[in-house]
Amino acid sequence: MKHIQTISEACIHVSANQSACGECQTSCQSACKTSCTVANQACESFER
Amino acid sequence: MVHLFNFQKDTLAFDSESGALHKLDDLSAAVVQSYIEHEGQRPSETALLQLEASLGPDVRECCSDIDELIARGDLFSTAKTITPDQLYPDQPRIKSMCLHICHDCNLRCEYCFASTGDFGTGHRTMLDIETGRKAIDFLIEASGPRRNLDIDFFGGEPLMNWPVVVELVDYCEKRGQETGKILRLTMTTNGVLLDEEKSQFINQHFKNVVLSLDGRPEVHDRMRPDAGGKGSYQRIAPHFKDFVTLRGDKEYYLRGTFTRHNLDFTEDVLHLATIGNQLSMEPVVAPAGVGYEIRPEDLPAIEAEYEKLAIEIRQAREKGQPFNFFHFMLDLSHGPCAFKRIKGCGVGIEYIAVTPEGDIYPCHQFVGETEFKMGSVHDSPIQIDPAVQKPFYSLLVPDKPECSQCWAKYFCSGGCAANSLHVNGHVHGVDPISCQLQKKRLECALWLKT
Repeated sequence: MKHIQTISEACIHVSANQSACGECQTSCQSACKTSCTVANQACESFER
Repeated sequence: MVHLFNFQKDTLAFDSESGALHKLDDLSAAVVQSYIEHEGQRPSETALLQLEASLGPDVRECCSDIDELIARGDLFSTAKTITPDQLYPDQPRIKSMCLHICHDCNLRCEYCFASTGDFGTGHRTMLDIETGRKAIDFLIEASGPRRNLDIDFFGGEPLMNWPVVVELVDYCEKRGQETGKILRLTMTTNGVLLDEEKSQFINQHFKNVVLSLDGRPEVHDRMRPDAGGKGSYQRIAPHFKDFVTLRGDKEYYLRGTFTRHNLDFTEDVLHLATIGNQLSMEPVVAPAGVGYEIRPEDLPAIEAEYEKLAIEIRQAREKGQPFNFFHFMLDLSHGPCAFKRIKGCGVGIEYIAVTPEGDIYPCHQFVGETEFKMGSVHDSPIQIDPAVQKPFYSLLVPDKPECSQCWAKYFCSGGCAANSLHVNGHVHGVDPISCQLQKKRLECALWLKT
């Protein structure tokens, strides 16, 4: 595309089995403890 | 919803429902803006003629490209329909725990939300092994079929109760083997008692370690004195330098807190970068009137400082000396699913805190707020009070009207319930200052992806 550079394509997905697996880390177990930052966590689905 | 924003010399379009990110030139920025004004539809013929008059003949080609992005789901994508039964594979399960190893501390940090260790209780206490084992057993049982469990060894200062730390780590590993659970351990420490023996043990057994250091010596010492009122930097920083060296490639964060006393906190982050390369710097959580709290009038300076920090991070990368900043880290390829982004941190539902007395709270920031006590690990059987837990089921992004028109809602998941409690008197709202800072940090993070 001449005027648009896509840096990153769609990434917010509904997982393949159509429900959460519940295996990912709780956000406050990382480094914040006083805010809520979810988006820097990795998906940890065993089925992905 | 598309968030169109300028950062330095760049113009970026972020599609909040899909998470797609695009870099635009002046022409495409004007055309995307026109799409926004037409609610994501191709602009009217009148609008297109006006755009062509000012921008030239490429406008319609650009429209075709935008239409292609829309068709691919990378721009102006529609909101996902998610029902409550999709949020958990079977039912909500507690699977993460903040385990308070002690309610005592060898520092007297002025901004401590734990009231320098005792959480406002007036008495300083240590977790005993029996209570710790009961907490771990409860987590394993409550987690049902979940395999990945997280336990954060927290305080107060957990190293003040080191023999219990060692015993409970051993117990976690034993119970993990017995049950097939993966118990991932983290620790938050101020580093005063950190020595080589403890460092080696921590490196062997803990997945992540959070090391509390505020940055420049004078900044750190101002807010983090010891019990005698003396600054703690000179005692702590050498411990962290040694620890980071021993830690190697394993996960850790040097984590600072900034207040309105150091709104130039980029200097503190850069100071931390001389010690390690995995860094975090949090705005202080403090009530109005204490003097060091973040005030609305501070926000422009803080936003400018975050932008300055983003530029420093990019320059450090270009020099081959990269460091990570926790709040600018985004996983745009393997990040959380949409369900996780709607649920957020799971406070009170998937995540709890357990005190040295065995009391259960929705998270570490609720400890001491006795109306939020959910139960005790000493009860038999252990039962979570449904009346206390109930409001935490309705903290989803769609439950918060303030979030409905926010482009950042799938990053912060509606924000921190404890922050809302302190600002609004209830857990269901948002903290406007936190929201504004979060959005600026996300713009920085997105720009760093370009």
